[in-house]
Amino acid sequence: MKFTLHIWRQENAKAKGHFETYEIDNIRPDCSFLEMLDILNERLINDRIAHPVCFDNDCREGICGMCGLYINGRPHGNDDGITTCQLHMRKFKDGDDIWIEPWRAKPFPVIRDLVVDRSAFDKIIQAGGYISTTTGGVPDANTIPIPKHKADMAMDAASCIGCGACVAACKNASAMLFVGAKVSHLALLPQGQIEAADRVKKMVAKMDELGFGSCTNTYACEAECPKLIKRQNISRLNRQWIGALFGRDRKE
Amino acid sequence: MKLDSKIPAGPLAEKWTNYKSSQKLVNPANKRKLNIIVVGTGLAGASAAASFGALGFNVDIFCIQDSPRRAHSIAAQGGINAAKNYQNDGDSVERLFRDTIKGGDYRAREANVYRLAEVSGAIIDQCVAQGVPFARDYGGLLDNRSFGGAQVSRTFYAKGQTGQQLLLGAYGALSREIARGTVKLHTRSEMMDLVVVDGRARGIIVRNLVTGDLERYAAHAVVLATGGYGNLYYLSTNAMNSNGSAAWVCHRKGAAFANPCYVQIHPTCIPVHGDYQSKLTLMSESLRNDGRIWVPKKKEDAEAIRAGKLRPTEIPEEDRDYYLERRYPAFGNLVPRDVASRAAKERCDAGYGVGTGYAVYLDFADAIQHLGKETVEQKYGNLFQMYQKITDENPYETPMMIYPAIHYTMGGLWVDYELQTTIPGLFAAGEANFSDHGANRLGASALMQGLADGYFVLPYTLQNYLADQIYVGKISSASPEFDAAEKAVRQRINRLMEIGRVETRRATSLQTVDDFHKRLGKIMWEYCGMARNTESLTRAKQMVKELEDEFWKSVFIPGTANEFNPELEKACRLEDYFELAQLVIDDAIHREESCGGHFRTEHQTVDGETLRDDKHFMYVAAWEYQGHGQPETMEKEPLVYEHITIANRNYK
Repeated sequence: MKFTLHIWRQENAKAKGHFETYEIDNIRPDCSFLEMLDILNERLINDRIAHPVCFDNDCREGICGMCGLYINGRPHGNDDGITTCQLHMRKFKDGDDIWIEPWRAKPFPVIRDLVVDRSAFDKIIQAGGYISTTTGGVPDANTIPIPKHKADMAMDAASCIGCGACVAACKNASAMLFVGAKVSHLALLPQGQIEAADRVKKMVAKMDELGFGSCTNTYACEAECPKLIKRQNISRLNRQWIGALFGRDRKE
Repeated sequence: MKLDSKIPAGPLAEKWTNYKSSQKLVNPANKRKLNIIVVGTGLAGASAAASFGALGFNVDIFCIQDSPRRAHSIAAQGGINAAKNYQNDGDSVERLFRDTIKGGDYRAREANVYRLAEVSGAIIDQCVAQGVPFARDYGGLLDNRSFGGAQVSRTFYAKGQTGQQLLLGAYGALSREIARGTVKLHTRSEMMDLVVVDGRARGIIVRNLVTGDLERYAAHAVVLATGGYGNLYYLSTNAMNSNGSAAWVCHRKGAAFANPCYVQIHPTCIPVHGDYQSKLTLMSESLRNDGRIWVPKKKEDAEAIRAGKLRPTEIPEEDRDYYLERRYPAFGNLVPRDVASRAAKERCDAGYGVGTGYAVYLDFADAIQHLGKETVEQKYGNLFQMYQKITDENPYETPMMIYPAIHYTMGGLWVDYELQTTIPGLFAAGEANFSDHGANRLGASALMQGLADGYFVLPYTLQNYLADQIYVGKISSASPEFDAAEKAVRQRINRLMEIGRVETRRATSLQTVDDFHKRLGKIMWEYCGMARNTESLTRAKQMVKELEDEFWKSVFIPGTANEFNPELEKACRLEDYFELAQLVIDDAIHREESCGGHFRTEHQTVDGETLRDDKHFMYVAAWEYQGHGQPETMEKEPLVYEHITIANRNYK
């Protein structure tokens, strides 16, 4: 297969970026998208055309959340429920033009080319996205029975990989799906109840402070989430937050 | 070099308790005066750092990725073992201990393995308290499934994403400590060297991967939790950036490296399909709970399938060879990984392979029939989806095709009972050490070991080491040792950057880092992979040497050392792999027996099973670095089995 690639090149955070066009040929349909970029990079190096295109990637099986490219206007490209590394060239037509951009969001500044800095997500989690436990001194695991459907819902929310596609997909660069997923995961479990009110307030405050935008309920995040995290997690986040601000349990 | 395993006295079941009750402690006010460096944020590193932070120590933690949550522990699918006996099926600490020792083909240290089994239950309690959403039954209690090498169900799981959920639990605990200020996080930072002062590990040199700057960090102790070296083989189930370099630079500085030839080859991975392929994807061992592995009974059927003239679903039941069930009736499809991998290779080498010839079927038709598609989907849905996205085939309708691939390394830095290496003050945890899995790791035991080391072992043993360090005062990074280490790293990087830049050299003779890495991987897989012998290993040694020479003449690294430059990162790691490859081969040559993942074709039974030589090889081989290109020297740590009766490893 043959493609014309238009790739965002930007030397560092301060430099001005631009699109560069590269032709690539002899790509097998079984080749993954990132392997196609590997092949391009080998050529760029061997023929001294340019510095290889930098892009984040690690596990290449859709779980680490490291990769994330904006491909032809969609985070992770034109398929549902996958990350960029799981996208295969068979999803494209021979001769296609492919536009490749980094995540575009103020809280995710570009480091180089297609690599962005997502440490804002870590900061949101550090604001309270956990259950405070110290190692040891916890009860036996089966002393906390949890209804299966609740555990399953928590698991679905917890499967977020923190890739940032939700933010990239959102016209406001809102992180509500990411935050909603973590808040839901913990709020659905009895272990998470004790800190629930505090957690949601702190995480939302941190999210706002870091410059993520507001949610206007268009659900582009849900449509593009590689782990198919549901928008109901945003509703739960809102309920938790309102409850934390005005709920009876907060007037102690 | 003298190896002292420091195994505490007393009966096996009381050793850990005895250790804990007599070890030295650090009082709370002194803890905050002590600094600990943790390298790596996977299960072992994150859990250790979180636990140290919670105790009140000052911790610096480093990872090469953009966030601690990316570490490759996240990709573990199937589950985590623990001797909870929630299923009332006869499990116990003793049973988990025995299974692990037997699974490791009697090449692991008894005391360490017993401790691992002993703390396994507490790991599950800890994770549930953190909110890890393990699978549950309808009564709301925790569910279990079975894994290879065990006849009980002791594996706890969270769909096919157990590693992810456990890591996010540890990452949560770590994040809490970061917020409390006890742990300082350094992302996109790669450890380039270990700094040893007066014989003790006192710090590290780090390359900031964004700016290329070299940075110094000093501490009273260093914990290495940087995973294994499976990517030596280029194609593996490891993440692209997983590497053996942090462990290797410690080895160069004097830390012994143990049993490097023990490499695990996982039986169920998606087969290789092209030269451009960058990694192999694992299909969880849990699939062997319900999937049945087979190849055609008739060679002509296999040929027809390979030619695309026949579909697997068209082969009648009587013409299928369920070779694991045939050869190992007692364990069937749930034999340990090394056994299942060799059996697949045997069938494919004999001409019965499907796909490209190097693949076998993993079939769910029976399971779908007796459990229903919905149940199968609930149990394995995400794995089936992953398979379909990669191969474009629907595993609900046609059997999966799988083949063995490099997955895990049992070998690693030698550690004593306290997880301390031969360099005082340098500790190694998780896959980076060698201690618990012998010559073969059982499925769902890597997560157990990583978290056992981080949550429940290091917080005790490290304190024992740090107790007298309160008298040392703050460690400064402005010392001649730090100067020398930083200078050496800078020289090493410059030397690599210069290779492709000699004006007279024709540009066409230059090659990329990946070219070399792929070639190294092929040599290792071909001659030091699933089956080895003196001839293949001797050949590999020569080939690796030649490839390394070529690398130093003609690798080309674009850009500069002072910028974000992934090619340079890869080159530094590959340079270490050349040395490591030689050691893996030497260790494989010296071990004139077959055990676990180390299969020497000269040493096998008539049935093609591993043939151990307990008389001559019941020891840990700990290697000491002697300089580049020099053969390493080896010390033996004899394995003494006081508790367990040595037997043939039989899964029939």
